[in-house]
Amino acid sequence: MPRVTIDPMTRLEGHGRIEIFLDAAGEVENVYFQVPELRGFEQFVVGRPAEDMPVITNRICGVCPEAHHLAATKALDDLFMVEPPPAARKIRELFYSVFFVTDHATHFYVLGGPDFIVGPDAPAAQRNILGVIEKVGLGIGGQVIACRKRNHEILKRLGGRTIHPAAGLPGGWSRALRADEQPELEAAARENIAFAELSLQLFDQLVLANDAYRDLILSDVYLHRTYSMGTVDGEDRLNFYDGAIRVVDPEGREAARYRCREYQEHIAERVEPWTYLKFPYLRRVGWKGFVDGEESGVYASTPLTRLNVSRRLATPKAEEHLERFRATFGGGPVHHRLATHWARLIELLYAAERMLELARDPEILSPEVRRIPSGEINPAGGVGSVEAPRGTLTHHYEADPRGRITRANLLVGTTNNHAVIAMSLKRAAERLIHGGKPIAEGLLNRIEMAFRLYDPCLSCATHALPGEMPLEVVLRDPAGRVTETFRRD
Amino acid sequence: MESKPKLAIYWSSGCGGCEIAFANLHERLLSLVQRADLVFCPCLVDAKRQDVEAMADGELALTLLDGAIRTEENEEWAHLLRRKSRTLVAMGACAHGGGIPALANLHGRDALLERVFRDGTENPLSVVPEREVRVPEGVLALPGLHVRVRPVAEVVDVDYAIPGCPPESDHLWNVLALFVSGAPLPPRGAVLGATASSACAECGRKRSNKRVQGFRRTWELEPDPEQCLLEQGIVCMGPATRGGCGARCPSVQMPCIGCYGPPEGVYDQSAKMVSTLGAILDIAPIRGLRDEAEIADRVDASLDAIPDIAGVAGKFYPARSAGRRS
Repeated sequence: MPRVTIDPMTRLEGHGRIEIFLDAAGEVENVYFQVPELRGFEQFVVGRPAEDMPVITNRICGVCPEAHHLAATKALDDLFMVEPPPAARKIRELFYSVFFVTDHATHFYVLGGPDFIVGPDAPAAQRNILGVIEKVGLGIGGQVIACRKRNHEILKRLGGRTIHPAAGLPGGWSRALRADEQPELEAAARENIAFAELSLQLFDQLVLANDAYRDLILSDVYLHRTYSMGTVDGEDRLNFYDGAIRVVDPEGREAARYRCREYQEHIAERVEPWTYLKFPYLRRVGWKGFVDGEESGVYASTPLTRLNVSRRLATPKAEEHLERFRATFGGGPVHHRLATHWARLIELLYAAERMLELARDPEILSPEVRRIPSGEINPAGGVGSVEAPRGTLTHHYEADPRGRITRANLLVGTTNNHAVIAMSLKRAAERLIHGGKPIAEGLLNRIEMAFRLYDPCLSCATHALPGEMPLEVVLRDPAGRVTETFRRD
Repeated sequence: MESKPKLAIYWSSGCGGCEIAFANLHERLLSLVQRADLVFCPCLVDAKRQDVEAMADGELALTLLDGAIRTEENEEWAHLLRRKSRTLVAMGACAHGGGIPALANLHGRDALLERVFRDGTENPLSVVPEREVRVPEGVLALPGLHVRVRPVAEVVDVDYAIPGCPPESDHLWNVLALFVSGAPLPPRGAVLGATASSACAECGRKRSNKRVQGFRRTWELEPDPEQCLLEQGIVCMGPATRGGCGARCPSVQMPCIGCYGPPEGVYDQSAKMVSTLGAILDIAPIRGLRDEAEIADRVDASLDAIPDIAGVAGKFYPARSAGRRS
């Protein structure tokens, strides 16, 4: 069967390949999204001191190490049975808000956004941050660079390094904030808010006001009705750092609400032989295949779904934008996946406003940022979760009495979305590729846009290592009937 | 008019941190692209594999290759980029020494199928990913995993290395600026973007040549902010780590974890660290004892507080450790 290969996937984090099979009429027969990488964190952390997990799991991903660092630190709080003092908790959340601003900005301007800002059919050599700067000018381009720079400087001061922070400990954070740092944090937060509003304005002008893009967003090319997942606080408002994990069905009805410790009661994983990445799904609904709908256990955890599970947002400007967002789509959960780009910018604004709130909170300046654990290890293990920019992130550790890891399970942001990304790629290919129509490079890029909206982090997703594997090969005839099976154990 | 030299950045089995270190050049990126063309970098630009294959040998002036060699695909790309590049630089701890992914070598490749694909996963037919899979439409391939994780230099000739996990952006800038300047380059094989001595030389803490009675875990205490961490009994990799990062982690009250690899002249970073730990231990209570067994017990007891020396001391360059399994 003729096939078209996209290799490698670009403007994302990690390794991915798309194989598109065409039938005799040139229509799409099937699409496979393959993740060809894997490193094995869940194995090689066994034997390591538990307190090393925040700096080891950082290296799952150099784009979102802050997410792993905090999920790991929270899992350690649970594992060592120690509660961080309030100032430490607030510093962690402040640090995390700063990270969210810079990471979401990076995705919009550097990774996913160029498709809209420069255009999906623009020459490949222009579809990147440099093309964006050429299009929107050095004024805005300079602000993007300045945003990333000022936030990375803060991450360095609060966490030790701009990439791969070091400060997370069970029971706290390794450094306190000084009063003389407060004015700069507050000023940076205000600049972040202005930058977020500018970005939403740009989205309005360049995307929503462009009929072709608007139609694309509202079309069924990138539409999937699935369950939505996110983390909410006690008032059902989105929170990136902590809360309850909430799942709603395609119509918006609550399907689950749980503390991260119970994740295994709600999530199961499925293996396919053509990709190293597993497919999580909702255990109680069950796996029905790569299909939409209430009966299918496929779910997503993205900026879009996080807005779907939140009754409202906790900060005023972001809440206003959320109301406008919802009005555009007419109520209920939003399933038009390209709208994730818009949702991401609303989250950017919320993160900036939250950063300001925390920067102005006098309690964050308390010198008490550590509680020393007794050293006793929780026999039930430790679980910690946060919302990574790319989805709900859960770290689960078990350790021996000396605090060495005996077992680790990581359910990572993008992994939540593996099934829906595969479905999105297939749908986009089916709608865009037709017999007789030449497959232009821009068309293939429009198919890639179906994964880019998820801001995938495939290094994150493929932390696990299979080792030597028994081999089962199943041969099928063109009608799909099994003709022979070989096994090597 | 001469066209700009072509630059490529590619990731093997890494984490993308080196790509973000590149993006964190910030405004210097704008100046860089005046002088060089970033023609291939899957993180940031849309060039595909066929575009690289279509290049002439040596068409790329400079390739920064990060990540460790874990899979067959990683090795293929290392060979492909070596052919197409005049200069190939191993960027970051993974490419230079194996990095965090090479911690897998402490366990061996054979250990984990059960754990990942069967244990804790609904998998009634025991499906596992395969190097070749026949699906109804055709055959799909996945790259196999090598037995060991290797640094890039074990697979292709490397011209230079930039250590760090990731390399500090300021140092990365200095190296890139050197390459586009046209100035003569250091001798092949040099380690760039870092110092020749240890991280201790960059650390502002006070050293008083104290000896320690025993070692402490980071969560057990709030360290004195001025005094050397190692002298407080915290296992800080500083003495066994190449400088270049500015000793950032000690500046936030956490020990160095060795991400810049061994200093100049040291091959095995974890051996160097074990030797440092031995040197710093207070032997006064042991001095004068005759019984070898008792001496061994006492030393053991002091080192016992470090629950995993291999992992602590060999986190980033485990591929070089004498203790590695093959």
